[in-house]
Amino acid sequence: MLVQDIVFWILAVAVIGAALGVVLVKDLFHSVLLLVVVFIGVAGFFVMMSAEFLGVVQVLIYAGAVSILVIFAIMLTRDVQRGNLPNRIQMPALVLSALLLATLVWTATQTEWDRIEEGQRDRVDLVQTSSVSLVTDETLQASGFLTGEEQAAARQAGLADLLIGDFVLPFEAVSVLLLAAVIGALALVRTR
Amino acid sequence: MSLENMLIVGAILFVIGLYGALARRNVLVVLMSIELMFNAVNLTLVAFAKYVAPAGLAEDLTQNIGGVLTGQVFAIFIITVAAAEIALGLGIVFAMYRSTGSIDLSEATQLRN
Repeated sequence: MLVQDIVFWILAVAVIGAALGVVLVKDLFHSVLLLVVVFIGVAGFFVMMSAEFLGVVQVLIYAGAVSILVIFAIMLTRDVQRGNLPNRIQMPALVLSALLLATLVWTATQTEWDRIEEGQRDRVDLVQTSSVSLVTDETLQASGFLTGEEQAAARQAGLADLLIGDFVLPFEAVSVLLLAAVIGALALVRTR
Repeated sequence: MSLENMLIVGAILFVIGLYGALARRNVLVVLMSIELMFNAVNLTLVAFAKYVAPAGLAEDLTQNIGGVLTGQVFAIFIITVAAAEIALGLGIVFAMYRSTGSIDLSEATQLRN
């Protein structure tokens, strides 16, 4: 537990500091590099919260693809010299952000969340990490899936099963959205 | 590390992104700030998936075993939408740069004038 707490605080300080840097640093190139730090820190949070698959996806898509795209955009637009200037509504934006932060923190700390009980913790962790770990009879029993029915249900549960099961409609919609985005991006940058 | 800690980190990240999206003049900084906000939301969703019990968990986990993964599925969808958003957003930035020679949002007033 102690190690987890130390890692959490290191990641939290790194992520929040780098996020502040993204917004405040003058040099655009430095803000992209800080953005990569944020992405990798968030991937670390995902791994800590037993979402290992999402952590890998985060590193591949965000730290890999998105940051490279933004670096390309910065290199191609040559507007870097002017840097990262504020606009006229800086103060209202600051006030709005502070108010929103106060509201969010108040809600997060005051709400009585319906937490997962300690007795269920191992079982939930096993289901959440099943996409990257080897699920054997021994690990199932160690986590508390004792009967055959429960073990069958735990084996079947997983991200892929949900994506093409309960969430198949959003899944297809997102596929069409990606296709539309590719076509749209090509149409936007085409030279006539 | 607890639910509240994760939620507060997510909230701070989101608010930093909101400030950047509202108060900066460079389009690329605004796009990066929006990515920060997406990341904050993903962090919050995964924290809820990890710490908050879905309906029916207390009685029998196997009845709603996919429920503990719903937050992660939402996060996958958000990552997909964010990828589409950044591709289109950069396309718009290039189109804007080609037509005006600048990526300053305060100078993008063609629709107003």
